[in-house]
Amino acid sequence: MAFVELNDVTLEYVNEANVTRAIENVSLQIEQGEFVAIAGPSGCGKTTILKLVAGLLKATQGTVTVANERVTGPLKIVGMAFQNPTLLPWRTTLENILLPLEIVEPHKRLFRQNFSTYVEAAHNLLNTVGLDGFADRHPWQLSGGMQQRASLCRALIHEPQILLLDEPFGALDAFTREELWGVLQTLWQKRQCTVILVTHDLREAVYLANTVYVMSRRPGRLVSRTPIHLPRPRTLEDTFRADFIEYVHEIRRKITEGLA
Amino acid sequence: MKKAFDNSSPVLVILAVFLLWEVAGLVFKIDEFILPRPTVIFVTLFKWQHAIWPNAWQTLFTTLVGFGMAIVGGLLLGLLVGYFKLIYNALYPLLIGFNSIPKAALVPVLVIWFGIGTIPAILTAFLISFFPIMVNVATGLATLEPELQDVLRSLGASRVEIFTKVGFPRSLPYFFGSLKVAATLAFVGAVIAELGASNAGIGYLMVNASARFEVPLVFAGLFVVAAMGIGLYAIFAVLERRFTAWAYRG
Repeated sequence: MAFVELNDVTLEYVNEANVTRAIENVSLQIEQGEFVAIAGPSGCGKTTILKLVAGLLKATQGTVTVANERVTGPLKIVGMAFQNPTLLPWRTTLENILLPLEIVEPHKRLFRQNFSTYVEAAHNLLNTVGLDGFADRHPWQLSGGMQQRASLCRALIHEPQILLLDEPFGALDAFTREELWGVLQTLWQKRQCTVILVTHDLREAVYLANTVYVMSRRPGRLVSRTPIHLPRPRTLEDTFRADFIEYVHEIRRKITEGLA
Repeated sequence: MKKAFDNSSPVLVILAVFLLWEVAGLVFKIDEFILPRPTVIFVTLFKWQHAIWPNAWQTLFTTLVGFGMAIVGGLLLGLLVGYFKLIYNALYPLLIGFNSIPKAALVPVLVIWFGIGTIPAILTAFLISFFPIMVNVATGLATLEPELQDVLRSLGASRVEIFTKVGFPRSLPYFFGSLKVAATLAFVGAVIAELGASNAGIGYLMVNASARFEVPLVFAGLFVVAAMGIGLYAIFAVLERRFTAWAYRG
């Protein structure tokens, strides 16, 4: 059985006025340590899939299992980063990054005891993403790209087995975004965790993922699965190579077909 | 130079108003009985200080007690109303209706219940100042960004943890903002009650003074209340800066 499995999952948002079907009959298998990207037009239910895996939403039909267990509530082995950095403005960067350790067991119990170890781990992460020296700044003193780096650190500090990324670079300028692809690839290769990345940037998907899924317009269904056979670590140079561009074209074609 | 001017500008404005007032009084020969000049008011303040001090203390005391009750009550009710949608829906119309009642109209009722004296003044100060605190705390909690909650929920945080880590700190700027408004309102409440239902306090002093046509003393009483209001406001402005500096990005 795969590490993360969605079996014929449908999700409907219900409010007083109407029922909106966000995704329909989605089946998906993700192996441990795999880097998966989900691409598709906006409003197609990409984020819904992340929330289902995280246990923030309950499937209307079908089942979601993670590590052989059915998901019924929020999981503790998950780290999440969103399009907004969602850092807490009253905490310094370091305090923001330590936040998950104050909540997730067993770190919560050991937080005071192991405080210096945790701070060291946070500094190591900050180094990896190029934020050393900014630990004591507040988020609003950082640029958008720096905030997003800090948000990645926060998602990883409790060493989650699954990293869920909801368009984390969507609001950044092209240069910063491409730089952070490299940062994320390095983090993933170090940690060997399972990553699900939601994005509408196809180059981003091909650069980062082992497997790219494409979703149709709402209600979202998976319309294609493309394994990316490019050597690692990938570089920005690679994005100009013919095989890379061919992948991007192929996926774009599938999206267009999905819209038709 | 500029910084020194920034810091002293409130004092300069107050002095300028006094100066204008003084000059206008002299030039237009305004009767002291209508509008006494600031110098006359300050002389009166000094002359009557033995009568003013105990009454000022009384007003300060009733205000602070009422205001303290308002902080506790407003905070608790604000937390409930802001955190639980059901309580919000159920309670809000009643609270708005209650707040629409002029508090001056409640003073006679309070007198019937508690007699003339300190208690009606405390209660009026409480009733008039608790509403803004409650509304602001509730707003702070109710407008909590769902994304921030999702960050914690995805980590499996309990409701209590979401409140202590995000909800509470996020609503602090709203809370302190409301304290500045409520502090000045509390003085209004205390003085209103003293005007009609007390035998001590600045309000009582002013009623007595106006009954004897001592208009400068009436104004002296107003000055004392205004000065105490500024003082209390300043204290909470400093506390606000201290505890919620992040909200000012300064």
